[in-house]
Amino acid sequence: MKKVEAIIRPEKLEQVKKALEEKGFFPMTVTEVRGRGAQKGICLQFRGKKIEVDLIPKVQIDMVVPDSDVALIIDTIRATGRTGKNGDGKIFVSHVEIVAGVRTDEMITE
Amino acid sequence: MPIDSGDTAFILICTALVMLMTPGVGLFYGGMVRKKNLISMIALAFIAFALVTIQWTFVGYSLAFGSDIGGFIGGLDFLGLNGVGMEGDGIPDLLFMVFQLVFAGLTLAILTSGIAERIKLSSFIIFGLLWTTLVYDPLAHWAWGGGWAASLGALDFAGGTVVHISSGFGALALALVIGKRAGFGQYSMEPHNIPMTLLGGALLWFGWFGFNAGSALAANGLAASAFVVTNISAAAGALAWMGASWINGKPSSLGMISGGIAGLVAITPAAGFVNPMAAIVIGVVAGLLCYAALLFRVRKGLDESLDAWAIHGMGGLWGALATGIFATAAIGGVDGLIYGNPGQFVIQAIDAFVAMGYAFGVTFILAKLVDMTIGLRVTEEEEYVGLDISQHGESIRA
Repeated sequence: MKKVEAIIRPEKLEQVKKALEEKGFFPMTVTEVRGRGAQKGICLQFRGKKIEVDLIPKVQIDMVVPDSDVALIIDTIRATGRTGKNGDGKIFVSHVEIVAGVRTDEMITE
Repeated sequence: MPIDSGDTAFILICTALVMLMTPGVGLFYGGMVRKKNLISMIALAFIAFALVTIQWTFVGYSLAFGSDIGGFIGGLDFLGLNGVGMEGDGIPDLLFMVFQLVFAGLTLAILTSGIAERIKLSSFIIFGLLWTTLVYDPLAHWAWGGGWAASLGALDFAGGTVVHISSGFGALALALVIGKRAGFGQYSMEPHNIPMTLLGGALLWFGWFGFNAGSALAANGLAASAFVVTNISAAAGALAWMGASWINGKPSSLGMISGGIAGLVAITPAAGFVNPMAAIVIGVVAGLLCYAALLFRVRKGLDESLDAWAIHGMGGLWGALATGIFATAAIGGVDGLIYGNPGQFVIQAIDAFVAMGYAFGVTFILAKLVDMTIGLRVTEEEEYVGLDISQHGESIRA
């Protein structure tokens, strides 16, 4: 199993979520986060003064899926979450050792 | 007439009540924007009030209530409040002046609906001063300062035309000039804090008693009558809009309070002329009409963001016409259509449509003027991070 953590624009959440649903991916955890990437946030220029907005609001989607679904999920998020401008986000994929249910004794370890 | 202490005490309190409506508008609007623009939205209401206070002191009051020039505008006799003193007709002239001031401040605050989440603060200040001087002051003069509408016999008890038609159609013109918010129609821009909007609505409903009852300019039976019909119309509007939205899905609290405001708007010009039964009709029609106007606005893809046009513009228009329909001589000394005086209805229609055309047209020109010179709108990046940070350097995240 893999964990996909996608950090995207908050205003793209609805579209991304809908596209994932259409591909059959329902389980997810969504968190409002703040952060910055290589652009170091946004710097607004005014006459004589600068305002730095170094942490920008984003939304993080966490999903745990079989290895074989990872490529499709990445494609889907890219297709719907992209504007082409700085700040579209990042996707991180990592290995998950154990998935254990709480209601049942389900235990996946591969 | 000497100063009456009862009247003076009452109007002093009503003035303070109406002042509270301005931050009320800020909270009402603030709950409906995204949270990155909440501070901006509330601040704009206060800024509108402060700007108009200074403008009114220098020239605004004189332009509205100075000696009549051609039925269009007042003279400069009261420049800098010169000659406005502690004496007066029933209430001190100074008190009449400040009671009128709080109306003018509120009107500019209502206008911020059309530019929400994208206005450049410096441009709003310039635009606001131009607007209150060239749109509000003439309209106030027409209706209350001895202008042509008053001579014609048009009835506007507390400002249905002056306050609501002007700000509603003004907001529509502004929204057309400044353009849609980035992403409008592409993703949802849901209200971020509905309880805040309900709180703003509560302050508006509360303040409206001062707005309408105070417009009797005396603590008397007419004030009580205006108070009662104001409350009835608000209640009828709230229930009507809620009922209509129930048919389309869940009865939202946002719709309910919007209907309440629509009822308050529509009864405003009629408050001193109609009886309680007429107030129910006025409120119900206002709730349904303004809801339909909002749906129309959304269908057309217009980003008059917080619906000042649907609620204040269309509600004000209906109120002005309704005054001509339901006015009864038993209350305000003038009969309307259903009491056998169709002429009054015609006068109301002329007044309302002229005011509508003037407010829309002049607002459009002023907005274009400011837009072409210093630009009405913030940059794309400033809009993206929100006006709280980009215009005020503040954030509700502390």
